[in-house]
Amino acid sequence: MTLVDRYGALMLRVALMHVRSRAVAEEVVQEAWLGVVRGLDRFEGRSSLKTWILRIVANLARTRAVREQRSVPLSSLEPEGDEPSVDPTRFRPLDDRYPGGWAVPPHAWARLPEESLVADETLRLVREAIDRLPARQQEVITLRDVEGWDSDEVCTALDLTEGNQRVLLHRARSKIRQELEDYFEAAA
Amino acid sequence: MTEPIVPGGISCREVVELVTAYLEGALDPDTRARFEVHLELCGPCFEYVEQIRATSRLVAVAATELDERPDRDALLKAFRAFHKET
Repeated sequence: MTLVDRYGALMLRVALMHVRSRAVAEEVVQEAWLGVVRGLDRFEGRSSLKTWILRIVANLARTRAVREQRSVPLSSLEPEGDEPSVDPTRFRPLDDRYPGGWAVPPHAWARLPEESLVADETLRLVREAIDRLPARQQEVITLRDVEGWDSDEVCTALDLTEGNQRVLLHRARSKIRQELEDYFEAAA
Repeated sequence: MTEPIVPGGISCREVVELVTAYLEGALDPDTRARFEVHLELCGPCFEYVEQIRATSRLVAVAATELDERPDRDALLKAFRAFHKET
């Protein structure tokens, strides 16, 4: 069971990047191990064993995620509130050739290997960022992104309008995104 | 004086405010179409939207304990079932 011990936690994290529920992630990991066992004689050593295993997990998890994706109902657009999601000085002025365009574009990190995205330090930073959010934003982002509730369920549980629920989610995700950008930029 | 350039008629500054409504499917069809035109033409905004998606996924992952491992008993069970099959 040494391989299971060595890669288990990482496999689970990679699975959870794509599927919401812990139970489904566990199934993905189990399925991935079976895939590893079946495919081991096809493993040609072109990548490391770890990379190969994580690729199997990511592929299976992606397939599961697509299968389980719920469609989001269309509703009307409401204002997102006046708290800017990104520092306004990062955009060009309105009299610019590119009015409101990026002056300081986001440091790219979304396509980093999943292994570095789910590193201990990154996850710790995300948790601390969540802890610093105002209570209402914390509740909404936890129910939506951790528990996987849909917006209707959150609106009912917290007695929010659809628009307010979205503003809270938007602010919470925007702040955590900014902290991640700062972190990955400093690490680059 | 040359015309101002605003891809899709939505500025980057507006994109970062609309991203959640976009991901929630809450934009009206016309705004949604223009938002998508903007994303096709603007690399930094495309990256921004991907970062918001990644943030959402990382929030989910961060909620699991750092030292958490997959359920070993369930895994053993899956292995045993697999052995029986073959």
